[in-house]
Amino acid sequence: MAHIPDGVLSAPVLVTGALVSVGLLTVALRRLDYERLPPAAVLSAAFFVSSLISVPMGPSSVHLLLNGLMGLLLGWTAIPAILVALILQAAFFGFGGLLVLGVNTMNLALPALFCALVLAPWLQRCPPARIPWIGFAAGALGVLFTGLLVALSLGLSGEAFVPAAKVMVLIYPPLALVEGLITATTIGFLWRVAPEMLTREDNPRV
Amino acid sequence: MTQPPLPSPQARGWIGRRDPRLRLLAALLFALVTVSLERPAIAALALGLALALAFAAGLKPRDLARRLLALEGFMLILMLSLPFTTPGPPLFSLGPVTASGVGIILALMILLKANAVVLVLLALPGTLEPVVLGHALARIGVPEKLAHLLLMTVRQIHLLHQEFLRLRQAMRARAFVPRANPHTWRTYGWLMGMLLVRSLARGERLMGAMRCRCFHGRLYLLDTTRWNRGDTLASLGLIPLLLSLPLLDRLG
Repeated sequence: MAHIPDGVLSAPVLVTGALVSVGLLTVALRRLDYERLPPAAVLSAAFFVSSLISVPMGPSSVHLLLNGLMGLLLGWTAIPAILVALILQAAFFGFGGLLVLGVNTMNLALPALFCALVLAPWLQRCPPARIPWIGFAAGALGVLFTGLLVALSLGLSGEAFVPAAKVMVLIYPPLALVEGLITATTIGFLWRVAPEMLTREDNPRV
Repeated sequence: MTQPPLPSPQARGWIGRRDPRLRLLAALLFALVTVSLERPAIAALALGLALALAFAAGLKPRDLARRLLALEGFMLILMLSLPFTTPGPPLFSLGPVTASGVGIILALMILLKANAVVLVLLALPGTLEPVVLGHALARIGVPEKLAHLLLMTVRQIHLLHQEFLRLRQAMRARAFVPRANPHTWRTYGWLMGMLLVRSLARGERLMGAMRCRCFHGRLYLLDTTRWNRGDTLASLGLIPLLLSLPLLDRLG
């Protein structure tokens, strides 16, 4: 649901999205040196594969966005990783579109960056029992912020889209709950099994 | 879940022989032209052109339908709401709300344009080998680091998908059936955690192996795509064809 198709948004929204994404990407690529490219690629592949899992929810099933978790584990590198996933999904699965890539990247990358800059530092400081809560916050906030940005992109494109944008805002909270629970479990698991992924300095996180 | 993680049916015939860069730029031009159209008849023409390209690339109708349906969740909300929320002369009313002709046309336009762009994406870049797509992106000016990340990610997606299938099979052997309950969500959380742990270990091994082979922070793009006369002819044909769409749109 986070993939907006082509032909919907207005030109100013498309241009803003593209500019923001290019800006974020420039910073992110500058911070990512070739040395750390292989581990970053393996992690972004892991996220891509995880996003293929269809999670049953109510009568239907959903796919996870994972941008919160990506932000926690990858930091700034989450931005190129998200763009790579979106390019592959647009070309091979027909999710989203071409000119909206900028907006779609922005909608997923800004929440990821929030998790990287605000929530990730807490992983070092908080008592181990609270670690899953940070995971929950990252998963849930990632989805909620993305939903809000998707709704904003729609609403700013024209008066007629505002009710559809409101429906979108209503759809996201249950998704956020499920994604939060799954991310909390994942982060709790990583804390016990491979705590270096959450704390170590030489991982792809910047 | 036995299908490959990145399905990329290889294009056959005329489209299959075109240069990857041409296919990418053509898709971009098509998207630009299509999004700017204003009349439903011309948008339908663009959709027809996209369908023709998809069939010329040898895509199967059943696969196409499945891919296009992926789009429709988002579309459904727009299609159901737009006719009733766009101001204009009322056409018919359903209980308390009235649908306007303008709204129905707007909804139709979005449906036509979105599907046309997706069809062209699946037909032109979607029928490239993912690795070739990465090379072509680097050749048309995408930052090299991003292209490298894409190339390495594509390779690892295949390997990690096998890892995922192995983990998933182990779960099935223990009679795990996904349902909409907290147990399933927790289990999937562990599954993803395990996948990440293994991928990190794999990343370290990969880095070591690459260092052994003298990797010092730079990859070289080795591809042998050549622009040939067929590509020049194809672009000479494609550009007037695509530019005629906005012309028809303005003239009519």
